[in-house]
Amino acid sequence: MIKANQKESEPYSLEGKKALITGASRGIGEQIALTLADHGAEVVVNYNTSHDKASETATTVELEGENSWIYPADISDHEEVKQMKEHLKENFGEIDILVNNAGINRDKFFAKMKKEDWDKVISVNLDGVFNCTKTFLDDIRESEQGRIINISSVVGQKGNIGQVNYASSKAGIIGFTKALAQELVRDDVTVNAVAPGFIATEMVKNIPEKVQKNIKSQIPMNRFGEPEEVAEVVAFLASAKSSYMTGTVIEVNGGYYL
Amino acid sequence: MTEEKNFFDEIEGLDTTCRRLSGLSALVTGCAQGIGRRIALELAKEGADIVINDLSSQKEKANKVAQYIESHLDREAWMVEADVSDIEDVKRAKTQVEENFGKIDILVNNAGINRDNFFTKMEKKDWDQVLSVNLDSVFNCTHTFLDHIQDSAQGRVISLSSVVGERGNIGQVNYASSKAGIIGFTKALAQELVRDDVTVNAVAPGFIATKMVLDMPEKVKDKIKKQIPMARFGKPKEVARTVTFLASKDASYITGEVIRMNGGFYL
Ligand SMILES: NC(=O)c1ccc[n+]([C@@H]2O[C@H](COP(=O)([O-])OP(=O)(O)OC[C@H]3O[C@@H](n4cnc5c(N)ncnc54)[C@H](OP(=O)(O)O)[C@@H]3O)[C@@H](O)[C@H]2O)c1
Repeated sequence: MIKANQKESEPYSLEGKKALITGASRGIGEQIALTLADHGAEVVVNYNTSHDKASETATTVELEGENSWIYPADISDHEEVKQMKEHLKENFGEIDILVNNAGINRDKFFAKMKKEDWDKVISVNLDGVFNCTKTFLDDIRESEQGRIINISSVVGQKGNIGQVNYASSKAGIIGFTKALAQELVRDDVTVNAVAPGFIATEMVKNIPEKVQKNIKSQIPMNRFGEPEEVAEVVAFLASAKSSYMTGTVIEVNGGYYL
Repeated sequence: MTEEKNFFDEIEGLDTTCRRLSGLSALVTGCAQGIGRRIALELAKEGADIVINDLSSQKEKANKVAQYIESHLDREAWMVEADVSDIEDVKRAKTQVEENFGKIDILVNNAGINRDNFFTKMEKKDWDQVLSVNLDSVFNCTHTFLDHIQDSAQGRVISLSSVVGERGNIGQVNYASSKAGIIGFTKALAQELVRDDVTVNAVAPGFIATKMVLDMPEKVKDKIKKQIPMARFGKPKEVARTVTFLASKDASYITGEVIRMNGGFYL
């Protein structure tokens, strides 16, 4: 775990803040939950199907001394998200920070891509951001330090072979971020995005060895990023220290796309 | 001075005979009016035969565009009704295009709508509708006509994004998301289709003087113009000429690109 040097600079304190991280059972989302908790936030671990993995994340958070809650909801289903909100309101309280992290890919050459592959990816990755943001907006607006942080991708910025659906959804998130940021300035809510490059999670580990090598050779840092390296950027955006940043897209890609 | 004016007149005149797109066919979605109509006309002026597409409710206007192309520009034009947000309807339209017109080389994804509202007031259906007409349609049309375009010796996919997709805008979270999505689509597909010699590009216009913009209150228009270095709105013709350029051989080394046309509004 990469930690800020606490002697020289205070960590970005999230003491007293409540954060909801979608898709936090595994991968980057899991790490974001742990890191935000590390900075003092109480966290809600949302997931779709991986109940055991989500519980593990929550247990780790509790062991670190922060309150946490897990809740399953398919974010592509607006009704389920609304139910999650009702449930959290009663049992956890109102959230200050929303991290729209949950995402999937269904990679295929465009010629072979089915309409279902398109619909599925757009509905989880882009409609999901709408559903969660819309549903939790009043919580966030009421917060003194409301934050919306969306996980886009370098693929949304530069495109990629076999990922027309994924690229469209992740680029869409950037448009979403910039438009909403301008609307919410008057509520003192900041809206930002993080665009990771290739990060060593299952999503990337599932890529064939040869292809992985090929990708690494195109990354100036010559390695994949670690989930911690994304999570710390999210923590910064969630903190008071990023107060003048809104509508931005922070790239975390080892120099892969500039 | 008059001499110079004549010179430009002559260039204007030459445009109709220059015909960089002779022998090619283009489908322009949503082109009964506005920027799309201008694109259809400019492409025809350059020599392309045109498939005019719009909703059935726009039939009369669409027919006028078709008639103009046939009578004034000496090119074939054929109208096909289809709701581009519905892939089944697009597939049906394709069969009709094949039966009555032939194959297309150039696809211009132009159809688009807006349902502006503050995010707090935006309904789920405002989101869904804008996403499906503006973004799903690009999938639907490109995927359905892909084999035509791949078979062409000069295949082109050109999609209309927007400055709003690049910088966002108040009251347009849905529209911004859809237009930004088009940029991701363009860049990803461009990389896949290089091996078919198909280029995939987008145009991102700023404020263009169509009905949508001209109908805004005078005060609002003045305010917007103040933020545009060129201090004016763009013309549909200027957008159409850029699309024509991307469709032509002159743009053969350009792919995955988003061309901004916004008078300096966003750089
Ligand atoms: N890994 C990378 O290199 C990389 C790069 C750029 C961007 N990203 C983005 O970062 C985010 C996290 O990626 P990752 O690599 O950590 O992915 P991952 O390891 O596959 O984890 C995905 C997470 O999303 C959840 N999820 C999927 N569909 C869901 C739905 N419909 N509703 C609620 N939750 C859902 C999963 O929950 P279940 O376990 O319950 O299914 C899981 O917790 C994604 O948005 C991804 O696009 C990743």
